[in-house]
Amino acid sequence: MNPSAESSQPAITYLNHETTVKSWLLTHDHKRIGVMFLVGVILSLLLGGVFAMALRLELLTPGPTIMSPLTYNRMFTLHGVTMVWLFMIPAIPSAFGNFVVPIMLGAKDVAFPRLNLASFYIYLTGSLLTVSGMLWSGADTGWTFYTPYSTVSPTALTPVLLGVFIIGFSTIITGVNFITTTHTLRAPGMHWTRIPLFVWTIYGTSVIQVVATPVLGMVLLLVFIERVVGAGIFDPSRGGDPVLFQHMFWFYSHPAVYIMVLPAMGVISEVVCAFSRKNIFGYKMIAASTFGIAFVGFFSWGHHMFVSGQSTFTSGIFGVLSMLVAIFTAIKIFNWVATLYGGSIDLRVPLLYVLGFIFLLMFGGMTGVAVATTSLDVHWHDTYFVVAHFHYIMVGAVLMAFLAALHYWWPKMSGRLYPERWSFLAAVTIIFGFIVTFLPQFLLGNMGMPRRYYEYPQEMQWLHVASTAGASLLAFGFVLIAIYLLWSLRYGPVSPPNPWGSRGYEWFSGSPPAPHNFTQAPRFEREVHDYTVPEAPRVY
Amino acid sequence: MTPGGQALAGTTQTEPGAVNEFFRKILFLPEQASTIAKDVDHLHYVIISTAMVAATLIFAIAAYFLIRYRRRSETDVTPKVQTTLGWEVLFVGLPLTVFLVWFFIGYHDFIRMQTPPPEAMDVYVVGKQWMWKFTYPEGPNSIGVLRVPVGRPVRLLLTSRDVIHSFYVPSFRIKQDAIPGAYTQTWFQVVKPGTYRVMCAEYCGLKHSEMWAEVVALSEPDYEAWMREQRQGLVTRRDATPSAAEREEPHTPARQAARYDAQRPHGELMYAERGTLAERGQRVAAEKGCFKCHTVDGTAHIGPTWVDLYMRHERLTNGQTVVADEAYLTESMMKPLVKVVAGFEPVMPSFQGQLEAAEVAALLEYIKTLRSTRLPNVESKGPVYEPVGGK
Repeated sequence: MNPSAESSQPAITYLNHETTVKSWLLTHDHKRIGVMFLVGVILSLLLGGVFAMALRLELLTPGPTIMSPLTYNRMFTLHGVTMVWLFMIPAIPSAFGNFVVPIMLGAKDVAFPRLNLASFYIYLTGSLLTVSGMLWSGADTGWTFYTPYSTVSPTALTPVLLGVFIIGFSTIITGVNFITTTHTLRAPGMHWTRIPLFVWTIYGTSVIQVVATPVLGMVLLLVFIERVVGAGIFDPSRGGDPVLFQHMFWFYSHPAVYIMVLPAMGVISEVVCAFSRKNIFGYKMIAASTFGIAFVGFFSWGHHMFVSGQSTFTSGIFGVLSMLVAIFTAIKIFNWVATLYGGSIDLRVPLLYVLGFIFLLMFGGMTGVAVATTSLDVHWHDTYFVVAHFHYIMVGAVLMAFLAALHYWWPKMSGRLYPERWSFLAAVTIIFGFIVTFLPQFLLGNMGMPRRYYEYPQEMQWLHVASTAGASLLAFGFVLIAIYLLWSLRYGPVSPPNPWGSRGYEWFSGSPPAPHNFTQAPRFEREVHDYTVPEAPRVY
Repeated sequence: MTPGGQALAGTTQTEPGAVNEFFRKILFLPEQASTIAKDVDHLHYVIISTAMVAATLIFAIAAYFLIRYRRRSETDVTPKVQTTLGWEVLFVGLPLTVFLVWFFIGYHDFIRMQTPPPEAMDVYVVGKQWMWKFTYPEGPNSIGVLRVPVGRPVRLLLTSRDVIHSFYVPSFRIKQDAIPGAYTQTWFQVVKPGTYRVMCAEYCGLKHSEMWAEVVALSEPDYEAWMREQRQGLVTRRDATPSAAEREEPHTPARQAARYDAQRPHGELMYAERGTLAERGQRVAAEKGCFKCHTVDGTAHIGPTWVDLYMRHERLTNGQTVVADEAYLTESMMKPLVKVVAGFEPVMPSFQGQLEAAEVAALLEYIKTLRSTRLPNVESKGPVYEPVGGK
């Protein structure tokens, strides 16, 4: 191609060069695998959302409303399992990470394309097994599978455990793939100090995935063995130790929070720069804090166990280490806000989600500090306060970032623009609906409403009604998004290669990108998100 | 929320009344009925106020930038602005200092909460799907109601018979997991007489949300009187009448005292059952609240103990004697007031329509398994474990 043909969209893209079903199912293209992951996680989000709405409806009245206690117990378990393992863990790394990381690095593909496809099918197998367990007779242990209840529960926990165990391998493989890709496939001239921050967070996430997920695999396998063979590992009536399970489970599941949150933070770092047309305020601080979180995240699992009988000293250590996570998060928040200073800010929908993200993460983070303060956690542990706290992180932060990424990279992935006004309405509805849903849950926790309660005292009802009303708004927002995005796939205006004028490295390729990302070798001459010159980057 | 929460909460130390109540009410916190509750809450006020103020401040700054630096032209260029050492120190130092101060105040309180005073009285607590049982070293035990004296520290020694439960008293700001196969401890000191709700906070199965009990805080003389009566009852009678204190109390079971009477379907219950009929009977008994009045360790409670009940010759209030066979036991569940055992009050509610046939059978099988005959055999061989509060 003629180098002077600047900003020209390639005619042959990854979407139209092959269109058979087989070409999708057997593809080695990281972009198509990313899209398939995206479809998978969005379906999981839908499933988990349906469970969530069922829970909220049941909690409208203090007594039984629409379901029996056993059904309710299954619902919250399936809501948790679906949202954590089927949606949130793969959501940003496996879907968006797969799509944009190689492009950001200027690579043709990930380091192990076949392994990448295997990761998708492993995820699919695990998900199907988990869902089949749900259809069989559900699972009623909560997503935490605490022993010894999980070893004696009469529900179909075994396929769910196996399903999650299998999904773990998908997580590990994807992690290994991204680490190798980042090390070996960077374009010439892309030094470590010039890697986009999204890649840094995916890299940090991958390290957690590779190190922590095997522990989850082990602990699930041990529960599986205890259930099937009857060996005494965690069940004290057979000589086991139930608290050991909690240690092993949280050794994975606390870092897992950062598997979800770190990529979300990476998305925010990209979107803030793109829409404020500014370089990031503290590149090194944000990159370093990413690894700070990844590292400290491994040493704070005990804050889930302040009332489990662990020693006072141990609780203190875990409490103070948990505070460090909040400090690294605060560093990021300050830097994002400082990035807005002196920018040229265009308040588009992705940036709106970012503002929602920052505001809600402040609450989620500060209440995280509050629950890490050991004395306060005693009252809040296992109440709705904790439920609200982690939903502020999981939904308020991660889901906002997921939606920001979905809108920011929608033209990149589909080659179409989404309708601006409808998306604005949906974004406002979702942020407002979120606050109405989860703010009352902090107050419920203060009142002493334990989580996983089918029935609750009368005086708490109005807060539950408010929460359910907010959840309905949230659901409405998501339905709206689903409608206009599906509409946009077919009828949306065709997007220019770089609709945001972004200087992120992924915009050096077309929208949608060529089958091998670039039609010629890209050259990243300026730093990422450098807006000191008026010309947008050319499309390679 | 009011800005400068730190300063406000600081004043609560000097004038405890109004400001404390104001924050407690807007944060929907339950009453502060234990010695630790106020200290915990004060830190709570400071942290939540600061969180609100900080979130608002950050958002306000972002909003200001959003307007001040709005895009004016599609070809805007922006200067490269990068962080300096000063900003880095501020970004790290500010939260670090604030968080560490909070942590050490909180940890100081936490150590207090974790360390029972040496003079504390002990109560053993056993969690079980889905009820709480309290046993005093002096002998008496009760299900669903924990009576404690006001003004005296109480140490609870907790364990569980099946899965993990968590003993949670919101008004005391305490919570402690009860773990099978291990004892954990917590303590509290109540500051005013009253009834406080106990809930299970660790998910424990089908009826997790009904695993309630209550702490009844009595004044010291009332508590002593109650305890005296309990101990006399234990010494003189095997199957004794309820104590005077208990007879005077309106005997609504603890769990139902504070809640709606929900009519729940029964089909669901048997669905998840497994194990022998006797094991199922034990579960039914727990679900139906039988253990609130009947014990399975030989002690008398509101109703006769179930140990050795099957085929026992019972003397009734009308002077007759019956053999407690299946027929009598079933009749007693359905029409409990027809043949009341001598020495007990006619207080048992009818379970007609509440229990399905299968559940009745399960209960009977369960009662049949409760035999104490092995005790004499063991006795001859050496020292024997006698349940606290036994004969």
